[in-house]
Amino acid sequence: MDSTQFDILKELGNIGAGNATTALSQMINAKVDMNIPKVELLEFKELSDMVGGAETIVAGILLMLEGDVDGMMMFMLDRTSARNLVSLLMGTEIPDSKKFSELEISALKEIGNIISGAYLSSLSALTNLTIISSVPYLSIDMAGAILSVPAIEFGKVGDKALLIESQFAENEGNMINGYFIMIPTVKSYSKIMTSLGM
Amino acid sequence: MGQMIRVGMADLNICRSPDAITTLGLGSCVGAVIFDPTHKIAGLAHVMLPDSTSVRNNSNVAKFADTGLEELYRRMIKIGAAKVGLKAKIAGGAQMFAFNANNDMLRVGDRNVEAVKKKLAQLGIPIIAQDTGKNFGRTIEFYPETGELLVRAVGKSVYKI
Repeated sequence: MDSTQFDILKELGNIGAGNATTALSQMINAKVDMNIPKVELLEFKELSDMVGGAETIVAGILLMLEGDVDGMMMFMLDRTSARNLVSLLMGTEIPDSKKFSELEISALKEIGNIISGAYLSSLSALTNLTIISSVPYLSIDMAGAILSVPAIEFGKVGDKALLIESQFAENEGNMINGYFIMIPTVKSYSKIMTSLGM
Repeated sequence: MGQMIRVGMADLNICRSPDAITTLGLGSCVGAVIFDPTHKIAGLAHVMLPDSTSVRNNSNVAKFADTGLEELYRRMIKIGAAKVGLKAKIAGGAQMFAFNANNDMLRVGDRNVEAVKKKLAQLGIPIIAQDTGKNFGRTIEFYPETGELLVRAVGKSVYKI
């Protein structure tokens, strides 16, 4: 991947995260601020350090992509952020217990679905490509283990992965750190680049 | 007490007692340990993909089961491990997401485990313990002094294999 391609992916990341913020704001019916997303191309070894280490417990929401673009998309939240987000959505404080309830899990899946959907629709609009996503799959486990799934897909193409970190905050100041990882297959990747005139 | 040597994703390293070797948060990747119980030398590879020949970008040998284990074996022999009597313990290769589709992309955990087993068989190294598959992440620590592999997972107590 050359630097122009990286810049394009970075820009797609920015736009996607912006759209995701709007979707999030509508969902919780409150103003949500977003910091400028950090986009980084990381070695696999460094990937989980970004989210606080390979053993940090995170919630990962994975969607399989079909249509013009095959691949997968992941939205990942650290545990505090996941809890904050579910609290906001359900309008109640979620106690800091070890486990998420069934209801919270389905809320998380839905959040992931909406946020990733917003992200994907901006990508789709920019590239004029059809992207169909699967139902969301959720896993709460060590960051390294969750990240291995997209990292393996990236591993077939290169030795680095593209991670987009977006930080949201609603007006009461509860911070939500979210990470997007988008992995088009090799074929779809060139389709995206072509459709953008690269 | 020795040092704890850390191996990252798509990485490998070797150690000698009293040092120990670890890799954190294995998901669909496989942590493969080869050790020489006599000389108390061990190597650990954090394997991401089954086969280097099916991927165009294969410059990092540690990433694949075939080339990673070959390299691990070579480096262990180089620092004095015996060619006979080597043993292996493996962990990881989980399916982190509960997909129902039979998509090849999603079965990568199983495929990694199969590829690691195949390569170890080729090298003539028996697997004496394994904790693979299922749906959870694992952190592993290997102690060449005792030959014990410690497995840590979220919500479970540490266990030895």
